[in-house]
Amino acid sequence: MSLLHLAIIAPFILAIFVPSLHKALPKIHTGWFLLPLPIVLFSYFLSFLPQIIRGEITMETINWIPSLGINFSARVDGLGLLFSLLITGIGALVVLYSIYYLSKEKEKLNQFYVYLLLFMGAMLGVVLSDNMVVLYGFWELTSFSSFLLIGYWNHRERSRYGAQKSMLITVFGGLSMLGGMILLYLMTGTFSISETIAMAATIYGHELFIPALICILLGAFTKSAQFPFHIWLPDAMEAPTPVSAYLHSATMVKAGIYLVARLTPVFALSGLWVWLVAGFGILTLFWGSFSAVKHNDLKGILAYSTISQLGLIMSLLGLGAAAIHYPAVEAGFYTVAVSAAVFHLINHATFKGSLFMMVGIVDHETGTRDIRKLGGLMSIMPITFTIAVIGSFSMAGLPPFNGFLSKEMFFTGMIRAQEIGFFNMETLGLIFPIVAWVASVFTFLYSMIIVFKTFTGKYQPEKLEVKPHEAPLGMLISPIILVSLVVVIGLFPNIVAPLINSVMASILPSLVAEGMKFDVHIYHWHGFTPELFMTIGVIVVGILLYKFMPRWTGIYNRMPEKFSLNSAYDNGLAGIQKGANRFTNAYMTNSIRTYLLYIFTFLILSLGTTLIVKNAFVLDTANVANIHAFELVLVIIIAIGSVSILFVKSRMTSIILLGSVGYAVSLFYAIFRAPDLALTQLVIETVSVALFLLAFYHLPKVNKNEEHMRFKMGNAVISIGVGVVVSLIALSAHSSKAFDSISQYYIENTYKKAGGENMVNVILVDFRGFDTLFEIAVLAIAALGIFSLIKLRLTRGKEQG
Amino acid sequence: MKTNNVILETATKVILFIILLFSVYMFFAGHYEPGGGFIGGLMASGAIVLLLIAYDLKTVRKILPFDFKKVTALGLLFAAGTAAGGLFFDKPLLTHWFTYVYPPILGKMSLHTAVIFDTGVFLVVVGVTMTIIQTIGESE
Repeated sequence: MSLLHLAIIAPFILAIFVPSLHKALPKIHTGWFLLPLPIVLFSYFLSFLPQIIRGEITMETINWIPSLGINFSARVDGLGLLFSLLITGIGALVVLYSIYYLSKEKEKLNQFYVYLLLFMGAMLGVVLSDNMVVLYGFWELTSFSSFLLIGYWNHRERSRYGAQKSMLITVFGGLSMLGGMILLYLMTGTFSISETIAMAATIYGHELFIPALICILLGAFTKSAQFPFHIWLPDAMEAPTPVSAYLHSATMVKAGIYLVARLTPVFALSGLWVWLVAGFGILTLFWGSFSAVKHNDLKGILAYSTISQLGLIMSLLGLGAAAIHYPAVEAGFYTVAVSAAVFHLINHATFKGSLFMMVGIVDHETGTRDIRKLGGLMSIMPITFTIAVIGSFSMAGLPPFNGFLSKEMFFTGMIRAQEIGFFNMETLGLIFPIVAWVASVFTFLYSMIIVFKTFTGKYQPEKLEVKPHEAPLGMLISPIILVSLVVVIGLFPNIVAPLINSVMASILPSLVAEGMKFDVHIYHWHGFTPELFMTIGVIVVGILLYKFMPRWTGIYNRMPEKFSLNSAYDNGLAGIQKGANRFTNAYMTNSIRTYLLYIFTFLILSLGTTLIVKNAFVLDTANVANIHAFELVLVIIIAIGSVSILFVKSRMTSIILLGSVGYAVSLFYAIFRAPDLALTQLVIETVSVALFLLAFYHLPKVNKNEEHMRFKMGNAVISIGVGVVVSLIALSAHSSKAFDSISQYYIENTYKKAGGENMVNVILVDFRGFDTLFEIAVLAIAALGIFSLIKLRLTRGKEQG
Repeated sequence: MKTNNVILETATKVILFIILLFSVYMFFAGHYEPGGGFIGGLMASGAIVLLLIAYDLKTVRKILPFDFKKVTALGLLFAAGTAAGGLFFDKPLLTHWFTYVYPPILGKMSLHTAVIFDTGVFLVVVGVTMTIIQTIGESE
């Protein structure tokens, strides 16, 4: 196990100890125990930076299930490193912030930090795994931890609703992503991402290529809250603010972007990919920024703003993917979209993180996030105000902050979309700069709303629950660090340029192979370019719209709530639940006899039909041993025992008869020299007779008169049917040898490879240990099921009585 | 309706240990002779069932004051732990390891990680059977 794997697993290991630390040292805020970990991990990942800039990629593999091609391969390249730095860096700041945000007396900190660590480890796993199955596992783990964190205040109805919504949508996407990955595997025969990328050219045009592409994009779009799946993100804002800042703006929602960036080399050959990613991105960008303006809740605004910014990055990645179609010389013209995407990814994490923390401070100190109640806080909370100004102005795309630079590059990328000479981009490409510009106007508008509605205007202390004052220093440190980054990157953007270059090399590896070197230089001043005029236009129109807000915001009321995506989701969910209930009630009669009838009828139909359709029945008596008298006696015992069960009146007698049948069968095993089976059967028979005796205590008295003849006849037909079908299958199984027997393999290898002599047991614990592991797991689940069924019934009975 | 089962109770006191001992033998014999964790576990539960029939649930609970759900969990932990153990030596999941040792007097012996896995199976089987029997038995 390498240090790199340890870095991914470290959060999980720490998570194990958090509850006991919390219990042992309740005086100290649990967050302090966590804080060192992300800092250490951040510096560890930082140490990769020089070699990544040199273009060296680190890959460490632990064999997990090599026979299925599933290995825990961790790979650090530019893209993975950027995300790892974000996860650990923002993670450290968020933990620090949460120490002051969550009170150690009132909150269940042990749970909170376990979930947070779970998330951190899972997210690192997502961005560093080179194996798709492992990536998928971590991906779902991020969904689970997000679910737990959104529902952290589980006494609130809205929290539970938001948690469920995010879970349903992201897990739906996750599953379809798994489908996509399996389709990719079917085409390439490998789960390794780097190997899949190497085979990209060969799978393009395969009939599974388009389905795989769509499945993967569904995963990415649901995770990154792209239209129309964005509806979960605003409801996820019920989570504590540190969580929103961490998961739902800086890291987890960017997993979809990561996936798109990571698989761009695989899919970018297809025009569909370029159009879907860019199209949904730009649509999300517009819809997010347009919807953000109508909200009164600061976190609601930030949620929609996050959606729109994710759309922005997505659309840039989509358009940038087109660069792959050009030879290295010309490609530079189009790769600007990719560099803008990467740059904006970094910038978004800094300014949006600080804004979320700012909103958390306002919420914490005033008791509300409603902009109608807030106002005039500038003089009361000057530091928070400064944070808000820098963060929002950067988001609005104003100089000299980093948001301005990436916004200009974004415009450049969008304008160049028209020049892409295929996929109908010449004509339809014009949509991109226009929509981008309109969306930017709204972005400017809501950024201004966040600052000015909160901090300027009339101070309304009567509407606030508590008397506001500036936040404690500890709470301010993290957002101050983030806004300083906003300013520093804004003034000296080229300090992140080497990192951007190496990230681009991982997104567009084919261009690197052609000898292209990415060399990004970011400037403030480009001359009087269309981008500059677009920015000026955004500011002018934005200010006008802000001034005349009451005049035009009526359009938001025109959209009826009935047709919104949210109500579609709510109605859909309610409909599914109702339908499932109705369907279940239609066949669940609460009678175990009926259920057995279903099961056995299905068995007869499916197996019987297969037997007939496949013409599978064969009877081959060539290889049959002689029948001894002893065996005949056993057969007669079994037959008499089984038949007489039908006619006995008392349950006790039936149980004993059933037991005798079982013991007779175990004697058969003994005769045919299968001592393990015989032993097992004997003991099982003993234990199950005891069980029957216990259960029999609870059964109603046998009353033969109740049953109609027809019911009995039906049962008879079905039971005879099952007997016949199973016997036919057993005979055919003996008579037909479709494959060579595997027994020779076991005979040869039991002693050599497993060091055992009892083949049956060696198969159980070694050769097929995986089966055994899951079988005992199933046994345990069954026991728990019985336990909870009976105990639940008992306690309910007590409550009623 | 408590009948006085002197014969059964006395016999049980003796037989119980024989069965338990046999189940342990079965368990360890598993790799070379008929037996193994599954059979051993079932046999041990059979012994406890005998105890149940001779006495009653309450007495058995007093004699064996375990929560059998936890026994099941412990068993799963053993099995999953052995399965994962190989990963720490850069081997695939469920890779077993064995060696032969030659202690004095006893002669050749083999040591297997499979035994730990089988212990898990043993515990799960006992735990599951007893959980089921106790739950159903107590639900009167």
